[in-house]
Amino acid sequence: MRTVTIDKNAFRRFVDAVIKQQRVIGVCAKGDRFDFDLIESADQLRLDYDVTLQPPKKYFLPPVETLLTYEVGDSYKSVYDDTPFVLLGVHPYDMVALNQLDKLFTQDNFDTHYMKRRHNATIVACDVISPSKNVFASSMGTATVKNGFDVLLTDIGNAFVMESGSKKGDGFIAKAQDATDSNEKDLQARQKIQAENEKRLNVHKLKCEASYLPKLLEGAYNHPVWEEKAQTCFSCGSCNLVCPTCYCFNVQDDVNWDFISGKRDRAWDGCLLDGFTKVAGEHEFRKKRADRFRHRLYRKCKYVPEKISSRIMSCVGCGRCVGACLPDIANPVKVYNRLVDDLGIK
Amino acid sequence: MCERCAVEKDIYLPRLATLEKKRLMNPTEMYLRLSIDDGEPFDFIPGQFVEVSIAGFGEAPVTISSSPTQKGYFELVVRRIGNVTNAIHRLRIGDKIGIRGPLGKGTYPVEEAKGKNVIFICGGIGLVPQRSFINYILDNRADYKELAVLLGTKCMAQRFFHSEIDGWSHRSDIRFMETIDQADDCWLGNVGVVTTLIPKIEKELESGLVFICGPPVMYKFVLMALQEAEVPRERIFMNLERKMKCGVGKCGHCQINNYYACIDGPVFRYSDLRIAPEAI
Repeated sequence: MRTVTIDKNAFRRFVDAVIKQQRVIGVCAKGDRFDFDLIESADQLRLDYDVTLQPPKKYFLPPVETLLTYEVGDSYKSVYDDTPFVLLGVHPYDMVALNQLDKLFTQDNFDTHYMKRRHNATIVACDVISPSKNVFASSMGTATVKNGFDVLLTDIGNAFVMESGSKKGDGFIAKAQDATDSNEKDLQARQKIQAENEKRLNVHKLKCEASYLPKLLEGAYNHPVWEEKAQTCFSCGSCNLVCPTCYCFNVQDDVNWDFISGKRDRAWDGCLLDGFTKVAGEHEFRKKRADRFRHRLYRKCKYVPEKISSRIMSCVGCGRCVGACLPDIANPVKVYNRLVDDLGIK
Repeated sequence: MCERCAVEKDIYLPRLATLEKKRLMNPTEMYLRLSIDDGEPFDFIPGQFVEVSIAGFGEAPVTISSSPTQKGYFELVVRRIGNVTNAIHRLRIGDKIGIRGPLGKGTYPVEEAKGKNVIFICGGIGLVPQRSFINYILDNRADYKELAVLLGTKCMAQRFFHSEIDGWSHRSDIRFMETIDQADDCWLGNVGVVTTLIPKIEKELESGLVFICGPPVMYKFVLMALQEAEVPRERIFMNLERKMKCGVGKCGHCQINNYYACIDGPVFRYSDLRIAPEAI
């Protein structure tokens, strides 16, 4: 695994060369905000972004995807998306989120639809340059990332340090002809940026260690905060929609006009939406808004981390839900801090 | 590129099955007998379910009602209640349908129950999934001690499996008791909810495993009655139903606190649900 330094102009030329060979998805400006999109030129790339509107999970678990096709009375056929691509500019907290999704989609039952896309991707992560206005990755221990990426980029001013994290990453870096092995000075500059990020990506400060959250939630099930916060919840599911670790989905059949052929799609769903647990016959298992509100915050910092035995929580501190929530109740840190205040740390 | 993708099967891909028999058992419940087309073995443990796939309508999770001792086919009973289940009712003999499964790791504790008393408490169609294990025990009768089945049905019209349960009530190796919540004059049996039968099985309860399946409202009252009878939670099992989409532990719909009904269930040990207040 090599670590190289590449001058910024050379990096642009390198990206343009990659674009000629492969689909490259990178971070671009969208008005005064940013999002991942297909890029045609390195000039579109904005690695100084704060946070993207959507997390990169949509390239592995698309908002709607076809799982299989069928003909009535005949067999079902799997449908796969098999195009290799490069995903350029994934922030560490989003990389941590993808690492968790990888575990979730391979654990218990192996999801070939997710994993085919995952293996077709070359992920180039990048350390944060401009902290977003709601980020709290430092509190969640996700301000930097050590694994999962194929390449990790760090902007050290006039150049990028590129670290390979996989064989695929080695191959990617090898294509950067103008890159040279990083010297001690570059590595120190990178180390300084990462050390700073571990402290400064912390707009909302969690009052306890993130790893304490499962224990904190153990005794908080009947706390009044769920009811209080959920009073103004619209059940709109925006918090689910922008979350890099929300992966619940619905499965729906779509029949063609001939009423013979059709497809089965899966589409994102959200546990905050009314009807998420409603069965035929109208019985709904999480009917109250407070129950659904609580479920999301338990999933993020208790159920899912426990399921995948992760010390890192499933809330990775990107802060997207904080900005997406209209009644301003989604901020996980505010809820968890309130619980710390009321219940203390034991 | 992905080695595992090359060897792993698509967990969302149904196999084809043929509808061999169907019979409307009461105004809402349809009995279906199916066989898998591909000829590969269809081995299951009582309590496991399948995702029934009707092209154009979607999938519905249904617990297998027959015992695995019946080879070559399996049986389902489906209540007509939503889009998919109504489509299932409209199927004709010989029609092809999609089947995924058997699914669910939380099954009836077939081995653990050996040498013990076994008690089934069923409410209405709660009999359907329990029937798999009941018939399994009847086919391996020497392995288990006393067998008691309590069935409570809301009204006369909803009774089903008439000849089968009539057979049970005439056997000496199974204690079958039935009650109707609201009966008319034509009914000569017990009247009242299923909990009224629990005091009658005091002896069986002393060392037995208890299996409950019924509508959501039933669990609370049955559990209260069992608590009164001092049955420890470790010996009580419940079959839980939830909205289910994927059936393989991904989609999140069937989550009960930290458990998934589809992979951790659908049969749960009551003592394991202590940390899952959403269960009941």
